Amino acid sequence: MKTYDMAELAVRNLRESFLRNSLTTVGISVGVASLVAMLSLGIGLQQLAGRRLQKSGLFDTVVVTSRRDLRGFNREQEENGPAPAESPALNESARQQIAQLPNVLEAYPDIRFITELRYQDKPYLTMMAGLPFSAKNNDAFDGMQGSFFSSDTAPEVILQKSFAAQLLGKTPKAGSEEASVTDLAKPLLGKQLTMKYAERTATPTTDTDKKDPSSANSAEANNPAGSAYSVISREVTLKIVGISDLDPDSMRGQARARIFLPLKLAQNLHVMQPSDLRDTTNMANGTPAYTTVEVHVKSPTQVQAVEDAIKKMGFNTFSIVDATRSLRQFFAVLDLFLGIFGSLALAVASIGIINTLVMAILERRREIGIMKAIGASDSDVKGLFFAEAGVMGVFGGFVGVALGWAIGRVINVGTNVYLKRQHFPPEQIWFVPWWLVLGAIAFAIVVSLLSGLYPASRAARLDPVQALRYE
Amino acid sequence: MLRAENSIAIHTENLCRHYRMGDALIRAVDGISIRVVAGEFVALLGTSGSGKSSLLNLIAGLDRPTSGNVVVQKSDLAKLSREELAKYRLHTVGMVFQSFNLIPSMTLLENVELPLRFAEVDRDKREGLAKQALDRVGLSSRLRHRPTELSGGEQQRASLARALINRPRFLLADEPTGNLDSQTGTEIMNFIREFNEMLGMTIIMVTHERTLAERYASRMIFLADGKLVGDQSNVVSSASGQIRGGGL
Repeated sequence: MKTYDMAELAVRNLRESFLRNSLTTVGISVGVASLVAMLSLGIGLQQLAGRRLQKSGLFDTVVVTSRRDLRGFNREQEENGPAPAESPALNESARQQIAQLPNVLEAYPDIRFITELRYQDKPYLTMMAGLPFSAKNNDAFDGMQGSFFSSDTAPEVILQKSFAAQLLGKTPKAGSEEASVTDLAKPLLGKQLTMKYAERTATPTTDTDKKDPSSANSAEANNPAGSAYSVISREVTLKIVGISDLDPDSMRGQARARIFLPLKLAQNLHVMQPSDLRDTTNMANGTPAYTTVEVHVKSPTQVQAVEDAIKKMGFNTFSIVDATRSLRQFFAVLDLFLGIFGSLALAVASIGIINTLVMAILERRREIGIMKAIGASDSDVKGLFFAEAGVMGVFGGFVGVALGWAIGRVINVGTNVYLKRQHFPPEQIWFVPWWLVLGAIAFAIVVSLLSGLYPASRAARLDPVQALRYE
Repeated sequence: MLRAENSIAIHTENLCRHYRMGDALIRAVDGISIRVVAGEFVALLGTSGSGKSSLLNLIAGLDRPTSGNVVVQKSDLAKLSREELAKYRLHTVGMVFQSFNLIPSMTLLENVELPLRFAEVDRDKREGLAKQALDRVGLSSRLRHRPTELSGGEQQRASLARALINRPRFLLADEPTGNLDSQTGTEIMNFIREFNEMLGMTIIMVTHERTLAERYASRMIFLADGKLVGDQSNVVSSASGQIRGGGL
């Protein structure tokens, strides 16, 4: 029999005992649905964690330090490679080289300095840091009041909540409730701060013309003779544009900054860095070196390769790549277990198919006998029962995917209602990718066909004389 | 009377079919050797349990002999594979049963079309052929009816149409009038005779009604306890007035 005819006959046979076959199909659907729902939640959670990690910037970041900086982490890697005194300086050209490496999104210097700020004529001393514009999407700014910097060179600052509290004289006492970021933001946003800082300026030498001091790079690059520079005390007025609720610089521990300004602005101010003085003595060409360079990698999986490449250049590196590996392993195990539970439901459903088809053989013995008497071959009969199982699988698969999608959605909505009550922003914890849709349907069909194997071959083996005698 | 040729179409040699039922061995067919010439109308007569239906099943390729041979058109059915036997049932023989054996969930048209599906005939040709066959047995107004909505005579006519749809050389009928009143029985028998005379089909009909066999069959074979007990020719008066023309 032709395949199309077989399928057509199968569908009409299934319609004949509609109730029983629909119940079997529902059984398959429930199996597929639980499989899809569980896997979609697993995938959703994994993606959520992935998004969080991506936004946190912890797992795709490599911190590069110079081997000349002897305050390293004292790790094994630092004992290999070139001796500190022979290692390259971590300067602008090194940064550009790193930025050119494959899979590197950006490499920017870490500029941080302790400085004095004046707010309403009162001085405050704190650590400041430059923030690249790409940090805008960092989840550390979730719940921030105000806005991110308007541009990469705007004279604007974002305060960390605790510093904002200090400015307002609201430093919380131990045990008491922290002031909310909204309350802190109201009196501060749009206000001005005055920053005092030490500017490093290349000292003009007799054989070079004075260059435009507004561009740090050109000034330094055009000062080949220059280990000579001056330090000038300056002031700049900055506008408070945002108060962050979280701590964007938490990775730095003790050295973390509590006030942030745009990185380009910080660079252009040529603020004297703590390392500048140290490097003065052994600087090769007068180019200032960076203490650290932060490198953002396209994805956490490429961190290791990028780290290796940077090490080859003669620098020290640091990343939290191992943590992501164990996290990925956790999700692989989670997915596996969710999949196993889903498959159990499908296994129950396939027993339903076997049962339905075996019952159908008993019920349709005579019909099978007739078909054989008028010329149906074993493979025709087998194919027919096989097709019936397949059709149930196809329907069950489609309905199941829809059902699983709906279940996942309901769980997602329910979770978001809960999150909202707990004052958390809504999250997408459920995701149904195309491969899951197609895979689940294919899985349902394969399982159904496997379940149909035994009933079909039993039907095919039926002796027509016996079957026709049976009344 | 039309005879295709005087060649042997069916030939059984010491044919046996034994069943085991508990401890007892039942010799349903026990050493039967017969030769049927192409175009003959043979009636297999005997009381119930005489083995006539078992013999017919062996010739139909529905059953396999315990020993001996059934040779139909030079092929030994005992040596055919299951697939080949199915092909044989599909193309070489057509069967009609006492209880009609139409599939109740299908309409008459679908029932008659079913062997064409197994024969992998294109779907656009199938319906035309099935309609033609049903028209031939006078059921063109009943195409979309299910078997249960029809009288016994109509059901048997539909099963005749189904038996003929693949143009077999042999028509094997197992008590075709057993469930019918005498008038519809006659109607069915006239159709069978028509197929024998106009289409040159070889007919083997199982019956226990000797009068029916005498009226229609050209040869009567008597069985008892699975053995051949009589074989006689019969001169039949052709009821040509009832024969309709045209071939399938």
